[in-house]
Amino acid sequence: MLGEGLLKGLGETARNFAGSFVSKERLTTVQYPEEREPLPEASRAFPFLVYDGADWEAGLRCVACQICEKECPPKCIYIEKSKDKKPDYVGKPQIYPAKFDIDISVCMSCQICVEVCPFEAIKMDNQFELATDDRFGGLLYDRKELARSNEYYHKIHPTEAAEVDARLAEEKAKAEEKAKAVAAAAAAKAAPAMAAKPAEGAQPQ
Amino acid sequence: MSESLLEAWNRPPTIEVDGEGELLEVAMGPHHPSTHGVFRMDVVLDGERVIKLKPVFGYLHRNHEQIGQTVGYLQMMPYTDRLDYFCSLTNNWAYALAVEKLVGQAVPERAEYIRVILAELTRIQNHASTIGFLTQEMGASGTPLMYAFREREKILDLFESLTGSRMMCNYMRFGGCRVDMTEAHLNAARKIVTGLPRFIDEFENLLTSNEILMARSQGMGVLKPDLAVNAGITGPMLRASGVNYDIRKVDHYGIYDRFSFRVPLGEHGDIYDRYMVRVLEMRESLKILEQALKDIPAGPFIDPKAKIRGFKPKPGEAYGRIEAPKGELGFYLISDGGTSPYRFRIRPPSFINLTVLEDMCIGQNVADVVVVFGSVDIVLGEVDR
Ligand code: SF4
Ligand code: SF4
Repeated sequence: MLGEGLLKGLGETARNFAGSFVSKERLTTVQYPEEREPLPEASRAFPFLVYDGADWEAGLRCVACQICEKECPPKCIYIEKSKDKKPDYVGKPQIYPAKFDIDISVCMSCQICVEVCPFEAIKMDNQFELATDDRFGGLLYDRKELARSNEYYHKIHPTEAAEVDARLAEEKAKAEEKAKAVAAAAAAKAAPAMAAKPAEGAQPQ
Repeated sequence: MSESLLEAWNRPPTIEVDGEGELLEVAMGPHHPSTHGVFRMDVVLDGERVIKLKPVFGYLHRNHEQIGQTVGYLQMMPYTDRLDYFCSLTNNWAYALAVEKLVGQAVPERAEYIRVILAELTRIQNHASTIGFLTQEMGASGTPLMYAFREREKILDLFESLTGSRMMCNYMRFGGCRVDMTEAHLNAARKIVTGLPRFIDEFENLLTSNEILMARSQGMGVLKPDLAVNAGITGPMLRASGVNYDIRKVDHYGIYDRFSFRVPLGEHGDIYDRYMVRVLEMRESLKILEQALKDIPAGPFIDPKAKIRGFKPKPGEAYGRIEAPKGELGFYLISDGGTSPYRFRIRPPSFINLTVLEDMCIGQNVADVVVVFGSVDIVLGEVDR
């Protein structure tokens, strides 16, 4: 019969319309921005720089190795190395980025900088409402605007941040152990020398 | 003297008009709601009848092949997301496959299963939204499209929780995948797969026997199998014309030889067959998904020896191709031993499927051009690259 298919289809829409009053499964829209769906943990938008402690400038983990700058596909990272050094998280003196800019208007949120960074210094933010009316300066973030605390990182990516912290703690412990071993070796080296000295001094007698 | 290609292209049509009146040349697009982006069709009309149609490409050209020859191998991966932005995961897979062939990289078992699961989910969401768009172009003001998007949303939520991004996934790596699909992700996928048959039934109730859809699509935009084969058409378009050619069956890339599924074929090669083939392919994809989600083994999700940085393949060439939702997606790479390919070529299914547009449209009404165009299933990001 002509129109049978149409009626069948209309029945389907009627079912969905009526269903949307009772079932969440059929009414899937939310009234953004008043209502928001929680973002999944893995969700990513643009990168930020992690710092430890309270002072963002002193605590930046980045050591300006420029790997991310080289690997970034659209080349939207710009780094200038510092002339002096500051201690990093294991206490080793390292250079730091005197300038670290990311052009958010060019960045394509690919996460490759995060993957290649060997120092866990750059991570993905999930803040996506970054619209601005200034298309040049407003979208060029310098290192101050990019810096976010480790606590913030824990807040947006809890599992991943915990893993990173564990890894860093392990590294630090290893570095300390190594430092201790080096110190012990130095001491051990110094000790026979010390012991040999009087003997040397004793020989001419 | 023979005219140059450009002159031939620009030559005004020399067509005999029967009866009175003049020919009218209309530029449909680039800003036309039916063109899925920026695409222009220069249509020559005799009244309502299409006499000649000239597709004009290139409004979204972003130099992907040149970029691929400039940046490194890994750096190209996020760019492949932006080709066919509906199906970034299958693009990733095709590119990873080409590079893996180039360097002889093996892929762990679990990663192969993850790839199949994600690719089939991508196929389902692509076909559902394509049908949604197609009906939109026939004048169904959004209902089927919104139903399709409702289901697509669930799949994209899974992609987001797994890869971090809904559409620009950048997920596959040479020798595996970037992160593991945990049990929670697998359960989410299982939930989607159990819910989908009901959706497809609903979708079919809504559309398959709908008189308007049948009137506007049956016998329209017919593509003959020999023309389809000669023009290099692939994917659901080719199968709707009755040619049994599915790269999953022909090439057995990945682990597709382990799954039992059928390849739906059309008979007439018209728009309705293209619609039907897509619906049936969704059902077959569900079968594959069920098998893959049942059998997925434990193990590493990426070859631990696979190199991410400082990737320098030996000189050589490789062509990796997969059955993307839109057809054969291939990446052809020539390496000269450097950090980036010497030649990087994409074989985009949308672009090649679009080349027969004129043959399908001639003699139809101008309103049907939009529907024929919608049935090809293109994404301009991939057409213009
Ligand atoms: S963010 Fe990481 S990769 Fe980039 S310069 Fe700093 S330490 Fe190096
Ligand atoms: S996310 Fe990608 S594009 Fe953005 S800064 Fe990092 S590497 Fe560059």
